[in-house]
Amino acid sequence: MLELAIGIILGACALGAGTAMVAGIGPGIGEGNAVAKACEAIGRQPESKGSVTSTMLMGCAIAETTGLYALVIAILLIFVAPNLLVNILLRAIGA
Amino acid sequence: MKSRSRRFAAVDILLILMMALPIAAAIVLKVLTTPPSDGINITGARIFFTIPMPVQDLPITEAQINSWLVLITVFGLCLYLTHGLSVRGGSKRQHAVEWIVEKCQNMVVDSMGEYFAGFAPFITAIIGLSACSSLMSLFGLFPPTSDLNVVAGWAVLVFILITYYKLKAGPLVYLKSLTEPVALLTPINIIGEFANPISMSFRHYGNVLSGTVISVLLAAGLQGLSSMVLGWLPGFLGELSLLQIGIPAVLSVYFDLFSGCLQAYIFAMLTMMYVSGGFPAEEYFARKARKEQKRKQKLEVN
Repeated sequence: MLELAIGIILGACALGAGTAMVAGIGPGIGEGNAVAKACEAIGRQPESKGSVTSTMLMGCAIAETTGLYALVIAILLIFVAPNLLVNILLRAIGA
Repeated sequence: MKSRSRRFAAVDILLILMMALPIAAAIVLKVLTTPPSDGINITGARIFFTIPMPVQDLPITEAQINSWLVLITVFGLCLYLTHGLSVRGGSKRQHAVEWIVEKCQNMVVDSMGEYFAGFAPFITAIIGLSACSSLMSLFGLFPPTSDLNVVAGWAVLVFILITYYKLKAGPLVYLKSLTEPVALLTPINIIGEFANPISMSFRHYGNVLSGTVISVLLAAGLQGLSSMVLGWLPGFLGELSLLQIGIPAVLSVYFDLFSGCLQAYIFAMLTMMYVSGGFPAEEYFARKARKEQKRKQKLEVN
């Protein structure tokens, strides 16, 4: 019975981590849009390449933030949460 | 140009050693303390020892040791670059360091304005420290920036700076800026204040850590693949993981070199933007002028 409970905890943590990374879609689309617009801008005004590129990198980094939040949560779910939850379970059943 | 005396060369060699020895020490430390293991092994910073403290024990981890070593390396690099500066002529080294200083000063003045020109050393220090810390992974070491604690420390420092500059025009202006554009948004503004350091530290640490995790997964995957595909080769050839040669290096160029330097640049850029953006310039100068006027009036009365 205990094995089953621990298995459910591990499986749920892995599923949660996988689901959290769905958030990677958003930054992907956003950064793609940003780079597409930057390419257009450089095509129209090649002399402004330097400033457009640095602004684009800044914007990409900020657009990436939500994806990174998801990444941090996924990493916590994989590496930190199982240990914590199993300990809580063991303490709850008094083992 | 200074003549290259024997003493000059000796100091040069000492400084180069000061740059290289910390890295070598970190590699030796890593080789000595890593327990033998096979397969995928993703861990956080290894804890070397803990110092008992009244509230909570203070663990000394790989991240701390490595960041101290990076500090020594960067210090050595600075001393090496500025060794033997001269007013006339100058060596290649001097031209390089002049170029760096000029670029950094221009960058700071361009993005922060003339008033913050004194920020150049701080911003350059952030870029250098962050880039060198992230580049530690090129030597196979634990990069200190992939530990949240290290980056969070920097972010807290930046947060204090931002708040200091926001408070420059008096606490009333600061409190009023929290209620803009409408008073209803005050809670969101307060959360936004604290979200800055969190998002800055998460961004930097998440990028570096994701690179590390992906490289480890790729190395493990390639090992399995090569033992599956090339395992039929006779003798030791079958045991070697031939696919691991070369392919990880291509990804390493992106994840270690490009991403590490880009994150350093972005961290510094965000610092500059937040500090100069949060600074209420008009109110500050108006207040300064008012104070000046009051002082003059007092002098006249006296």
